[in-house]
Amino acid sequence: MVPVSAERDLRLDLFRGLALWLIFLDHIPSNAVSWITIRNYGFSDATEIFVFISGYTAAFVYGRAMQQHGFIMSSARVLKRAWQIYVAHVFLFAIYLAEIAYVAHSFDNPLYTEEMGVLDFLRNPEVTILQALILKFKPVNMDVLPLYIVLLLWFPPMLWLLLRTPSLALAASALFYALTWWFDWSIPAYPNGNWVFNPFAWQLLFVFGAWCALGGAKRLARWINSPVVFGLAVAYVLFAFGIAMTWYFPRLGVFVPKFVSDAIYPIDKPNLDVLRIVHFLSLAVITVRFVPRDWPALKLRVFWPAIVCGQHSLEIFCLGVFLAFAAHFLFTEVSNSLLTQIIVSLAGIVIMVATAALVSWYRRMERRGPGPRPPAIKPGYAEGGA
Amino acid sequence: MMGRVVLSLALLALAGPTWAEAPAECRVASHLIERDFALPQVARAIIAKQLEILVVGAASSTLPGLNGVKNAYPARLQQALSEKLPGVAVKVTTDVKAKRPADEMVKSMPPALAAAKPALVVWQTGTADAIQSVDIDQFRVALDQGINIARSAGADVVLINAQYSPRTDSMIALGTYAENMRWVALQQEVPLFDRFSIMKLWADLGTFDLYSPAKKLDTAEQVHDCIARLLADLVVESAKPDEPHAESGR
Repeated sequence: MVPVSAERDLRLDLFRGLALWLIFLDHIPSNAVSWITIRNYGFSDATEIFVFISGYTAAFVYGRAMQQHGFIMSSARVLKRAWQIYVAHVFLFAIYLAEIAYVAHSFDNPLYTEEMGVLDFLRNPEVTILQALILKFKPVNMDVLPLYIVLLLWFPPMLWLLLRTPSLALAASALFYALTWWFDWSIPAYPNGNWVFNPFAWQLLFVFGAWCALGGAKRLARWINSPVVFGLAVAYVLFAFGIAMTWYFPRLGVFVPKFVSDAIYPIDKPNLDVLRIVHFLSLAVITVRFVPRDWPALKLRVFWPAIVCGQHSLEIFCLGVFLAFAAHFLFTEVSNSLLTQIIVSLAGIVIMVATAALVSWYRRMERRGPGPRPPAIKPGYAEGGA
Repeated sequence: MMGRVVLSLALLALAGPTWAEAPAECRVASHLIERDFALPQVARAIIAKQLEILVVGAASSTLPGLNGVKNAYPARLQQALSEKLPGVAVKVTTDVKAKRPADEMVKSMPPALAAAKPALVVWQTGTADAIQSVDIDQFRVALDQGINIARSAGADVVLINAQYSPRTDSMIALGTYAENMRWVALQQEVPLFDRFSIMKLWADLGTFDLYSPAKKLDTAEQVHDCIARLLADLVVESAKPDEPHAESGR
């Protein structure tokens, strides 16, 4: 059996918290502040960070449970988590329905007859709502939670294998990824097409995260710390940055040789393109160099807002999706000036942090139970779920 | 997007001579019109003094109402090009039908091309695909096919992406479709008329109130007029004889 480390790595919570903020900013349509998020400067975006860290923490939390309480008990916990996420997804769908029904009620701008087609599904709710409940119809920006559900459903047997022969498990995951590309496996969506995040491909990043949590990171340390790998990572990130710039300034396109653009496009997000994986890994190599595990600054209060968000990722993710809807509503109904966009973006992050702090407080209260007050212990950072 | 706004203000000073005749509201987006790729067939047609254009599109290539077709950008494009190219007989025909994704437009292209024999196909697409969440590979394949069909019929192509529609912005996942359109345009060396960014800029600068839910036909007509003028600029700029710097590295 692989030993599961007992101490939670604060860096995971920090970067997952940051990823949640970036996802929130990216989900507000036409938000000037989203200009700062990483997806504009390279191939990968906050989704990769979120999925990788979720795999890492899932292995950390459920790996220990599997060793202590066995396969059945820990699997039951994983499935309970998947059910919670499903309920959260349906709740978000209800909010989406409310928003779209409100917009449909008053929208009659002659410029946008084509765009009004998106409101058509209100005409046959008996089909659409059913399709939403079976996760085939997924409105914009509501694709991450269904992905997470499938990844968790698949996780117990994977974790079992990871705890015994981690390398075999990772190899199986990579093989599955390769077969998915080879045979075009995917999950169909409603009304057309396939899932925006193909779980058969994205599982690779989730399992890789879990593998790293179960000792893989230590085994990779020699590679991660090598100056050659670091140099390659920096070079690749710069290359991706240069390519991304040609998307915003087409004139720069003349500097990209045709064989390069033929090789990189299209960058396949649904199937987690290799270019995206390598970009994420490069960012990770660079980050790990500058932020070591025992970095004293991690205990500083400045990082607490992001860390506390990362520790309650499901609640904060859902809140972020809701806040993005609310922000868009404010932009259309009140004002969309640059100042409003900045204020609304910051306010959203403050609300996320405040809510995470509140959830933390609730958890501590619940754990303490109704009995006599235990001796006061200063709450540490090492808490939170997968 | 903030970068875009700042950049646009900075570039306003540089936008110059071609703008003498266009109304001020259109002009703020002129820097978004760049000559990226050449249009050799159009150049030939201009020399021959006869320019036929086919607009292939969906509902955002027309306006509702009795005078919708007359007021929409294709008809206005014909007018703007006729003004910009004195002595050239410009004729714009349309193949516009609502709710068509790209692959359906491709199917109707051969007969439309045979009938119009255009030197240029202006292809507006992407919105219906995003609404119907058409498979992204299928969308990209359709774009490639359409461009190849138009080219083998002897026409150049200009792609037009989706409109910026603030009210439905959080409901239509334009992102991946817009990205893929940009990539196909780059690979196929086809000019992309970035209608989304242009309209976004107008909304940001307050040039047009695109947030209004109300039935305001006059704003809609002005928007189409500006789109037509900017599109005419893109066509004329791209059809100019090759400048050496534009071809370097390709």
